[in-house]
Amino acid sequence: MLTINPIRWGKQYKSLEYQDVFHFDTGESIARIGQVNGSMVQMDMRKADNARKALRSIPTQELIERCKKAAYMFEHETLPVGDGLQTVDDFIHQQSASTGLPEHMCRNNMQKNCFVLSNIDKILDALTRGLDLEIFARGYGEENRNVTVSFQCQTPVLGAVLPNNSPGVHTLWLPAVPLQVGLVLKPGSQEPWTPYRMISAYIEAGIPAEAFCLYPGGHDVGSTILGKCSRSMIFGSAQTVDQYSGNPRVQAHGPGFSKILIGDDVVDQWEDYLDLMVESVLSNSGRSCINCSGIWASRHTKEIGEALASRMGGIDILPPSNPKAALAAFTNAQMAKGTWAMVQQDLAESGVVNMTASYGERLVERERCAYLKPVVVTADSPQRAVAMKEYMFPFVSVVKCEQKNMIKSIGSTLVGTALTADDEWIDELTNATHIDRLNIGAMPTNRLNWLQPHEGNLIDFLFRSRAVQIVPMRVAQAV
Amino acid sequence: MLAELKIWLQCTVESSFQGSATFPINPQIYPPYGSMTVSTPTWLASNDQIADAKHALDKHTYESVQWHFHDSTGSPFWLEQKASLKFDPLKDVKGFDDLKKFPEFEDDCLRGGPIERWIPKGLLGKPTYVFETGGTTGIPKSRMVIDDFRIDYENFSETLPDHYFPKGSNWLMLGPSGPRRLRLAIEHLCQVRGGICFCIDLDPRWVVKLIKKGWMEHLEEYKKHCIDQAITILTANHNIKCMFTTPKLLESLASGLAEKGTSIQELGITGIFSGGTEFTPQWTRFCVEELLGGPAEESGVYMTPTYGNTLMGLACSRPVTSDDDYTIAYYAPQPRAVVEVVDFDDHTKIVGHGETGRVKLYTMTKEFFVPGFLERDEGERELPFDKYPWDGVSGVRPYRGFASTTTVGVY
Repeated sequence: MLTINPIRWGKQYKSLEYQDVFHFDTGESIARIGQVNGSMVQMDMRKADNARKALRSIPTQELIERCKKAAYMFEHETLPVGDGLQTVDDFIHQQSASTGLPEHMCRNNMQKNCFVLSNIDKILDALTRGLDLEIFARGYGEENRNVTVSFQCQTPVLGAVLPNNSPGVHTLWLPAVPLQVGLVLKPGSQEPWTPYRMISAYIEAGIPAEAFCLYPGGHDVGSTILGKCSRSMIFGSAQTVDQYSGNPRVQAHGPGFSKILIGDDVVDQWEDYLDLMVESVLSNSGRSCINCSGIWASRHTKEIGEALASRMGGIDILPPSNPKAALAAFTNAQMAKGTWAMVQQDLAESGVVNMTASYGERLVERERCAYLKPVVVTADSPQRAVAMKEYMFPFVSVVKCEQKNMIKSIGSTLVGTALTADDEWIDELTNATHIDRLNIGAMPTNRLNWLQPHEGNLIDFLFRSRAVQIVPMRVAQAV
Repeated sequence: MLAELKIWLQCTVESSFQGSATFPINPQIYPPYGSMTVSTPTWLASNDQIADAKHALDKHTYESVQWHFHDSTGSPFWLEQKASLKFDPLKDVKGFDDLKKFPEFEDDCLRGGPIERWIPKGLLGKPTYVFETGGTTGIPKSRMVIDDFRIDYENFSETLPDHYFPKGSNWLMLGPSGPRRLRLAIEHLCQVRGGICFCIDLDPRWVVKLIKKGWMEHLEEYKKHCIDQAITILTANHNIKCMFTTPKLLESLASGLAEKGTSIQELGITGIFSGGTEFTPQWTRFCVEELLGGPAEESGVYMTPTYGNTLMGLACSRPVTSDDDYTIAYYAPQPRAVVEVVDFDDHTKIVGHGETGRVKLYTMTKEFFVPGFLERDEGERELPFDKYPWDGVSGVRPYRGFASTTTVGVY
């Protein structure tokens, strides 16, 4: 069995405590992961400056080339992971087995991560608005309009408390490396695969190993990372996001409550956008924050709900290796049961209709796991509680709402796709501060342009724009 | 909660771990056993040692029951209980196994008074203490004590290596203050070793409240407040060489000192005994290797993990070594106390060696009698050790049935 050890500044640490990673369906142990404690993280963070020093010893352009090489290796090569070697297929099988995601979705997530790293130069160029990366490496420099600018790095390392079951989020921390910021990661207990493989690829591609820590462990490890790293990100629930709201040291990523808003100018042609809606709800088995959980329109909501139900209601559970598998398993059956209980509570409210009711049981329990088949509901008003719900499976509420009331009613929205050509409404949408990513036109919520910032610009998070004025000094020559 | 006051003390005995021979197990004595911590122990107690210890335990049990249930010497509590028993303890308890006739001891009966009902008539008039556990909400559990804490810690003192716990050196008690047995026990330990004990203010009930309220910033500040007190004392030229502390406070102390550019080792601490919360082998290893600067023979700092309980007193352990993957196995101070590892469902059935079960305690001192109490812990049953020829328990951790509801603070 594969043993994966914690990594402390590039060195494997053989812990005396292990946690097994199990196959969600067979219960077979896939790997054992060495565990650390928060105090160890705290002690290690005293040496965090060395991570940045090691990265700063390599020119940025060279780091970018090595990142591109790492991207290729991540996607194509056999890499050392733990005490073994991991082929690409091993990675896909392992990730699918522990997270319950179908294998083709794991492959898609792998390609997404790889795409970001392969195009890291373009992405950094976009995030920095074309600034010379040497300015970030040195801390200051001349912009092309002959103005001195300074971006001061706020941390030697970026900490990240990673999620258990969403292999698609890793794109967010990848750009730290070419910005010469080390990585301190707490992998999710069921998804250690991406961070371990990615760090392995980085190291094999020539990035200094001492820039990386991987700390599998309990809650104390996560809280120590967040407490001791000057900049860190965490992936969690809405409660987690609230907890760190306003904390400049922590970027919290939670539910997206992403939505499709259909303008009155196109709502009568809603059928033209059905594919877009299905993709937005169903991709990655509805697990992502960028999956659509709400479709808002002033009319035709019943018809939209029926059409979506007819497209998704009959989707069946297929083996994870089947390329047509659309549904991921809940590796914790209790979580599926709890989620279904919440959905039933939503459905009990007057004005809420389960459009998938006639498509059979939604909760399917297996011996060690469970599935939730897609659920489409309609709500006759934004006041219904279901209008603000998001779950970890393909779930969407089609909400009836006047266009004039839509923006003020939708609440926090990570990705908002507005199907409209109404300039006045587009202007209002553009100014709505509770919409993070705004798609104007027929763009599924799950399709991200990585040349634009996602949930905040990493540059703004890691660097501080400040003033540096330089006056050349005359220094007497040493005799 | 009694689990909050665990200080099972590891007695430091000479290592007898050696090479790799076939596991010398007598199947007649040790029926099935699971994954033992050391596959080839040379420290296994002989059958004669085990038999002698059992004989001593039976004799002690008989005498204890005679004391606690005789009308002239027993406590009001146990004399009252006697009337409701379906057997006569004075006649029907002849050895340790007969204690199974008693119903399980419910520690809730320790809540509330009058405290005097626990004092054996045979000890009336002696200066008496009361020590409390829990108490974050509601009425705490109380145990009356006359001399037990002194006896326990004097016995423990005999096991401390003088090289690392030098006689005459001063101590720091970096642990709970207030109505805790530990506070006076550590001070007594220090005094019998010829030193003076420095203490800090630490209210563990407030710590538990902070955790329950989710006031984590306040928790951190309170921890800092405690560590600041400790660092102030340690840097005030008081010749402190030994200390008691909890694992979490030991971490914080090491970290606080590191931020000031110094260390436990540099401050001249040579002996630490630590307890109060769960010790895992990994934590112990981390502590030895990274907080204290390495094994005692290299760093000069000796740390003994401990595990204890206000009801039972002190337990001893096999030496904790890297060769044994830092396994921590405890042995109760028989015959004053006994530890069993029992089946999770049938608490009268002892699990096989190496198997997992719930920890069950018995206490039989002149002051206190507990005929079988289910601890809030579980662990693996360990083989008898030649220095302590009776069963032990290793891998002690919160009982799975309670683990999710137990709040562990700094302590």
